[in-house]
Amino acid sequence: MSTHTLSVLVEDKPGVLARIAGLFSRRGFNIDSLAVGRTEHPGISRMTIVVSVEGLPLEQVTKQLNKLVEVVKIVELETGDAVERQLLLVKVRADASSRSQVLDAVQLFRAKVVDVAPDAVTIQLAGNTGKVNDFLAVVEPFGIRELVQSGVIGIGRGSRSITEKTLRPVPVPVA
Amino acid sequence: MSEQTAGQTTRPNPSQLAAQGVGRPPAPAPETITGAQSLIRSLEHAGVEEIFGIPGGAILPAYDPLFDSSIRHILVRHEQGAGHAAQGYAAATGKVGVCMATSGPGATNLVTPLADAYMDSVPVVAITGQVGASMIGTDAFQEADIRGITMPITKHNFLVTDAADIPRVVAEAFYLARTGRPGPVLVDVAKSALQAQTTFTWPTELTLPGYRPVTRPHAKQIREATRAMLEARKPVLYVGGGVIRSGAAKELRTLAELTGMPVVTTLMALGAFPDSHPQHLGMPGMHGTVAAVAALQKSDLLVTLGARFDDRVTGNLDSFAPGAKVIHADIDPAEIGKNRAVDVPIVGDAREIIADLVVSLQAEADAGRTGDYEGWVAFLAGIKQKYPLGYDAPAEGLAPQYVIERLSAIAGPEAVYVSGVGQHQMWAAHFVQYENPRTWINSGGLGTMGFAVPAAMGAKVGRPEATVWAVDGDGCFQMTNQELATCTIEGIPVKIAVINNESLGMVRQWQTLFYEGRYSNTDLQSKRVPDFVKLAEAYGAVGLSCDDPADVDATIAKAMEINDVPVVVDFRVERDAMVWPMVAAGTSNDDIKHARDLAPEFEEDDL
Repeated sequence: MSTHTLSVLVEDKPGVLARIAGLFSRRGFNIDSLAVGRTEHPGISRMTIVVSVEGLPLEQVTKQLNKLVEVVKIVELETGDAVERQLLLVKVRADASSRSQVLDAVQLFRAKVVDVAPDAVTIQLAGNTGKVNDFLAVVEPFGIRELVQSGVIGIGRGSRSITEKTLRPVPVPVA
Repeated sequence: MSEQTAGQTTRPNPSQLAAQGVGRPPAPAPETITGAQSLIRSLEHAGVEEIFGIPGGAILPAYDPLFDSSIRHILVRHEQGAGHAAQGYAAATGKVGVCMATSGPGATNLVTPLADAYMDSVPVVAITGQVGASMIGTDAFQEADIRGITMPITKHNFLVTDAADIPRVVAEAFYLARTGRPGPVLVDVAKSALQAQTTFTWPTELTLPGYRPVTRPHAKQIREATRAMLEARKPVLYVGGGVIRSGAAKELRTLAELTGMPVVTTLMALGAFPDSHPQHLGMPGMHGTVAAVAALQKSDLLVTLGARFDDRVTGNLDSFAPGAKVIHADIDPAEIGKNRAVDVPIVGDAREIIADLVVSLQAEADAGRTGDYEGWVAFLAGIKQKYPLGYDAPAEGLAPQYVIERLSAIAGPEAVYVSGVGQHQMWAAHFVQYENPRTWINSGGLGTMGFAVPAAMGAKVGRPEATVWAVDGDGCFQMTNQELATCTIEGIPVKIAVINNESLGMVRQWQTLFYEGRYSNTDLQSKRVPDFVKLAEAYGAVGLSCDDPADVDATIAKAMEINDVPVVVDFRVERDAMVWPMVAAGTSNDDIKHARDLAPEFEEDDL
């Protein structure tokens, strides 16, 4: 099993998310995480999809995705050449006896407390998957009451943009 | 997510285009029409001449302008019939077939034909009505999310809720259906959009930034393929349905004759290369000829042209053509390497690829470099001679294979043959002599029983001058024979040979071979119920019946003379005939049996 992070530029049309999710499921590929949002180009959305590939080559995933009419471009983000982040919101049990220890962990991971209650704190953390998992391991002993994570988003390092070239429209004649 | 940004940058300004005189008829200023009128006008602009369909509530507004249109609407009896008819029309003509249905059940009845067209790469556009935009998502009467339902079985689909989008969407639908790897496209139009007031402007260009099919092959790949073909000693041209769809039969013949390579044509490619040609070894696969299966298994180079290594061809993949390098030419990059690792991938249109290979190989030949396949060709010729397709005529009763052999001999290679799915399909693949492309139409990938009658109807509408024979099974025929009413009323004189073995014959064959002859639910009793002759007559067709080999020729001749109404011939054949050769499902092609319990012997020392 190996995981890959794909940046997928899609036309912002109704149903495009359903098309992509459906394609993964019916072709037997597992989505670990998916995040979608707008880009600097009107009408183009960007999805970051983390996919587990077992047995089937990643090439099949990208080729099948490319066949979707509304998929404009696919780039695999290589770890090391890309910055990847996900957002964590976690509600950790913290009463008078444990609060300072929880807050130490928050400091250590450069996380942030976004809400406080008498017996719990809600913490926000942005980081790559490894950092998020490490933080969760640290606060887990205090008791996790509720946890929510965003999908991973990623962007390549350096000045180049994956959206530059491909988005020039190529008109096709009507027969 | 919003729809508003889509294509907006290039959507032509109606008044500008009108000023340029674009559009038919030329209008000085865009007139205000309904969405329904815009839809019909769009279909006219897309070149549609025939539509197969049935009206209903949500699509009803479109049927009013259709009443006055130049487009002929053929009123079918079931939407599945409309879909298969559109497929038959497209497969016979190469044009886009069109079907139309209403929302809900009308649309869901198109699901099978759309899935079928998707599997076999048939260019089809389906227009469906949808409930009004404000009702979508409320479980309204006859509401079904047909766009969602058909996402996995269409090349693309659309839901139109704004009447202004209709011309662009129709233009895109036809462009998508016929270009690249052809396939079905569904356009779902909300009733409110059909009823709304709009203006009509046929687009002069389309913007599909995510759709750029590659048709021109890469020159480097052509050089690589050329070198592999010259180096090979045991090459075979493995030809699939892509060669038919791209209209590359002529180029294929030139390539085959230039190289002398043996040719196998898959079920989808029958007619792409003449059956009578000495280099043709027949069809490979589960029910392929021994020579075609052997050619793939023993090959050192598969020159794969528009084929997709389907499991019915490869059998067990791990033991398929173990010694072969693979050249894989396909217009769909996702097919390349999907099932079988490829040495020389070539993405492009089959016709352009084959034409380029011809140029490249001809240049090599002119320089004195040709392949040496002499021993290989002789080896395969020996197998072809030793294991021809054949059958044992039963002691009494009518052999189904004989019926089809005679049908082929009498109707000839210019006729179009359309089949359902099962034993009769395999016998029609084996015992009809195909010489021309687009003369064999069947449901290959999806294997849809009931395909033949409506598909034959569509083929006959597309090619009215041709004799169209449906070769159908008694099981298949009972799934869609309601379209006989359409054929009679609309003047579509198809001919239907029902190969009546009163069984779900292929299933019965598997029960014979793999379930100790326990015939669970395969006995249809179709020699008793229904009476096919009376059924034909009830539909205004001519019904004939034949159960004696001595009468076969005269019966077919009689059917050939009837050209004003459909003809149904009930060929009452013996039920125990089986399809041979056969590679049992999931086993290796090396374990092919050319008759029950008989495996061919290959004299490999000859190689």
